[in-house]
Parts: sequence; structure tokens; C-alpha cells
Amino acid sequence: MALTHRQNEGVSQTIEAPLEIRLPEGDEQHDHDRPWVVIVWNDPINLMSYVALVLRKLFGYSKEEATRLMLQVHNEGRAVVSSGEKEKAEFDVARLHAHGLWATLRQD
Amino acid sequence: MIGNRIERDRKGGYRLRLPPEERELLRSLPGQLRVVLESDDPSLRRLFPPAYTDDDEADDEFQRLMREELLEGKLAALQIVEETAGADHLTGAQLEGWLGALESLRLYLGTQLDVSEQTYEQELDPDDSSAPALALYGYLSWLQEQAVEALSAGL
Repeated sequence: MALTHRQNEGVSQTIEAPLEIRLPEGDEQHDHDRPWVVIVWNDPINLMSYVALVLRKLFGYSKEEATRLMLQVHNEGRAVVSSGEKEKAEFDVARLHAHGLWATLRQD
Repeated sequence: MIGNRIERDRKGGYRLRLPPEERELLRSLPGQLRVVLESDDPSLRRLFPPAYTDDDEADDEFQRLMREELLEGKLAALQIVEETAGADHLTGAQLEGWLGALESLRLYLGTQLDVSEQTYEQELDPDDSSAPALALYGYLSWLQEQAVEALSAGL
């Protein structure tokens, strides 16, 4: 991701991130039980501050959590930003694409 | 010192302070990208990325269902910039449109220029034939950063 010369801190936020959907684990688990994960990939065009803003706006993450995920994308090349049923994951990917982020989904 | 172009005002809106030549540029860019959006220019690939990387059939279906809506959103954002390039104030919704249009312009131009994370630290070489496009890309990045800061302050 790109860092321009203007990265500010701003005020801290107290919005809680949405709970991830965790399916019960066990021997009976089938393919359709495994959650789908939405992955955001690093790219050299999107501004770091922009990625953090989009994650806050779309998923309600706090400024701190959105920044942590953005840095994970930047440093590790990708991060899981949401998970759940397939339809929800596709919806999230579509919203991320609408904001120009490079997002894909796959079953975990 | 060049002043901030986009700032949050006290009424929950945003003040737009742009010199006339920048307004003229920003009014003209959406139309240029709109023409490109109607083509199959490979530099558009970052504007329409795949959703599935390991399942072509699933991705084809996803694109079939989503691509038109994705395109319409991008066109709507471009139209907002065209219509408000001369404005002194923007609403939050209008600035979101600016943010989206700047994003589309940067994704296209950045892909065309094959930018890397080092691009932002390099000085422009006047002998480089892509210097004008890199300068434009740098300007759009600078402006988008200001839009991000202004909108982040309002979150």
C-alpha cells in the first residue's frame, strides 16, 4: 500500500467491531459448515489511510482495529477482514470492490 | 506551502479550496475515464478485480451478477465530480463521490504506469516520457489523502 506524506492520527474511536460468525467445531463438521473468509490483498496503489477508512466504514471496525488490519495487509500481503456464510462473504467482496480494494473470498 | 484543498467545516460539510486550473483538470478527467470504461483497456483490471481466484466458474457468475452495478457506482462517482468541480462546499455524500472518483482514476492510472510502493518516494525525471502522467498520479494521490483525512475526521 501507499503512504503519502500526510498520515494523521485523529481521534480514537470506540465503535466495536462486528462479531465474527464462529461455527461450532466438531467431528460432524461438513464442507458447508466451514465459514467463507474475505481477504484483502496488498497493492501499491491504494493509500494506507484509505484502506483503513474503508474498513471502518464498511465493517464498523474501530480506528485501531481497522489500522491493525490495514497494517497486516501492508506487511503480510493480505488480511482476513470478514467471514461468514457464502452470501455474506460475496456481499462484502462486492462492497470492497465498489471501493476499489482488491478483495477475494474463499472457504476457510 | 500549498494549502489544504479539502477540509471539514463546522457545519458537518466540507470546504473545497481549489485553484481554477485544478478545477478545470478535475472537471475534465471523469469524461476521459468514462470513455476508457466503455473499452476493454487492460489497465481497467484493478477496477474490476476477480472475486474468486481458484474457481473460474464461480468468478464468471459473480462478475455476471455484479459487474454492471460496480460500473454504475463508478460512473455515478465520476458524475458527482464533474457536477461539483466548481463548488466551494461539498456534502458528505458528494465528498464520498469525490473519494470514489479519485480512487477509480488512481487505480486506472496507477495500473497503466505500473506504480510500485517506491514510486511515491522517487523524484520525477523530466526526461522520462511518463513524467506528466506520474505528476498527475501524484497530484490525485495527494488530493485523495486529503479527502480521506476530511472524511475520517467526520467518522
